[in-house]
Amino acid sequence: MRHADGLHVGSVGLGLLVALCVLGPAVLPAPPAADPARSALLPPGAAVTEITLSDGRVLVSPDVTVATEAIVVRGPYRDTELSPADVVSIREGRFLLGSDRMGRDIASRLMAGGRFSLAIAGLAVIIALLVGGSVGVAAATGGPLTDSVLMRLVDALMAFPLLFLLILVATLFRPGPAALALILGMTSWMGLARLVRGQVLALRGRSFILAAQAAGASKTFVARRHFLPNLAGPLSQDTALRLGDLVLAEAALSYLGIGISPGLPTWGGMVAQGHRVMVEGWWLATFPGLAIAALVISLALIGDGVQERLSRGAVS
Amino acid sequence: MVRTVVRRLLLLIPMVWLVATLAFVVVAAAPGTYADTVDHPGLSAEQRAELEARYGLDQPVHRQYLRWLGSLATGDLGVSFVTKEPVLRLLARTLPPTILLGGAALLLDFVVGILLAVAAARRPHGWFDRVSSFIGLGLAGLPSFWLAGLAILVFALVLGWFPASHMRSVAASGLSGPARLADLLHHLILPACCLGLVGAAGTARYLRATLLDVHGERYILAARARGLSDRRILWIHTLRPALLPVITLLGLSLPFLVSGSVVIETVFAWPGVGLTLLSAAHARDIPVVMAVTVLGAVAVLLGSLVADVLAAVVDPRTREESL
Repeated sequence: MRHADGLHVGSVGLGLLVALCVLGPAVLPAPPAADPARSALLPPGAAVTEITLSDGRVLVSPDVTVATEAIVVRGPYRDTELSPADVVSIREGRFLLGSDRMGRDIASRLMAGGRFSLAIAGLAVIIALLVGGSVGVAAATGGPLTDSVLMRLVDALMAFPLLFLLILVATLFRPGPAALALILGMTSWMGLARLVRGQVLALRGRSFILAAQAAGASKTFVARRHFLPNLAGPLSQDTALRLGDLVLAEAALSYLGIGISPGLPTWGGMVAQGHRVMVEGWWLATFPGLAIAALVISLALIGDGVQERLSRGAVS
Repeated sequence: MVRTVVRRLLLLIPMVWLVATLAFVVVAAAPGTYADTVDHPGLSAEQRAELEARYGLDQPVHRQYLRWLGSLATGDLGVSFVTKEPVLRLLARTLPPTILLGGAALLLDFVVGILLAVAAARRPHGWFDRVSSFIGLGLAGLPSFWLAGLAILVFALVLGWFPASHMRSVAASGLSGPARLADLLHHLILPACCLGLVGAAGTARYLRATLLDVHGERYILAARARGLSDRRILWIHTLRPALLPVITLLGLSLPFLVSGSVVIETVFAWPGVGLTLLSAAHARDIPVVMAVTVLGAVAVLLGSLVADVLAAVVDPRTREESL
């Protein structure tokens, strides 16, 4: 029962993270604009005043005095005095999770980075499922020669230290988000191919499959009705854990500066930027790290929970 | 058993060839060559062509491949494009730090992991079990580079207990032998803990489940019926069979000695193989990239062989099947 709870906690955690990253920008109040000269490195929860001027400039500072004759915006280097005639609008705002060195809101960058991380890892896992599934089925059903050729290829690819391969490909090809998903997917399907091959081989000898074939069921019927449902459990457990590994791998690449373009927000890249100013601003690296952990732990709980249910199902 | 080990060792050769070929395909398919990374405004087209000719980069791909494979077969790993240092000497310089860091981490991983698992399995679902499994789950999900940054912030920058990076102090060359060793260990502690404790969380989680499985066996009941103490049952009768999968895990973790620490080496500026690979890949330094990749593959393949041999040594039942 306790592990079934793990499945629930994991699912709720994953759902919340996805919802926050996708819907967050629409639901939460708009974050203050970035003003590198005045709003850099503000701690979590810092209240600021955002002033839009008629010439298009936006000043964001935690320390603003508004009087009828002049508006004084204090900055770390110098104060700016504005005449009320130049000011288009004044808005109060808050950096929920603080701001980074460029004065950008960390909360909204986290949500944008989460969308990238989730999309890349999700796409990569779909690619891995397609490639690994096809290779596994082909190896299990294609005769001994196909089987040994494909499995030796899988062995050779698995002999690559994964991080070495990722570093090599990511540095040499400088991928964008879609290409990175492709690379991650193409480097992590081998375990899935082994799993699918083993499962198909084990299932093929089971009596209910033989019975269906003896009764004259078509190949597609047996595949859809008997193989797929029995593969779904182990595959979903593997997929949940693999997704967590892919999120960590993507974060590690971004941290090393060889993930998707450094200009785009990614959780790993945000941790790397935060590490450069860890004494002045602990919050820069803390929140993206916790976001990665929350996502990976949710996925691990889901994977463990599914396995627990599977082994219980096998017993009963 | 000796014969099967020899056979497995011979099987390594085609596997290493396959891996090396795959690595070569990746490098050859990538856009740009070493000449592109030489970003010098005075570099004329002729000098560029001369540069590519000097390193054989102007030859057709299959010629480059055959030449590289030929020198690999004779043990010649070539010379680094960037530093002009023989690759073999480069590896001799960067491999020991990596093995030191990885070895210390693996030691921590298994010692701490086994102790934690035994302590947790003594009273399943007791407070220690719950707290340690909760912390273990957290450690397993936290990215290692983040944890390393936190460790640097707390233990190096705020508390000042350990140095924040590098393997030696600037003044280390002037120190006497024992003092130099102490200096090295002082630098080793933080990165080794960051690597090892994350691994220990995983090992403990895995071993705890195995211990509880073994705990349900009849021979444990029999041992209890014979009046053996709980401690003896746990350490001798339960731990020994439960350690078998852990030993397999240890063998499979050996490649970790070479590849597991790229990220941690980067965070701590540890002068090892991972850091070398990263800079070599950036500079399109093909001889170094290929040598490090092949080395990593050999480590993985040897690791799985060692895992099987260790399992066979510990458990006679697996002797015929797994080898």
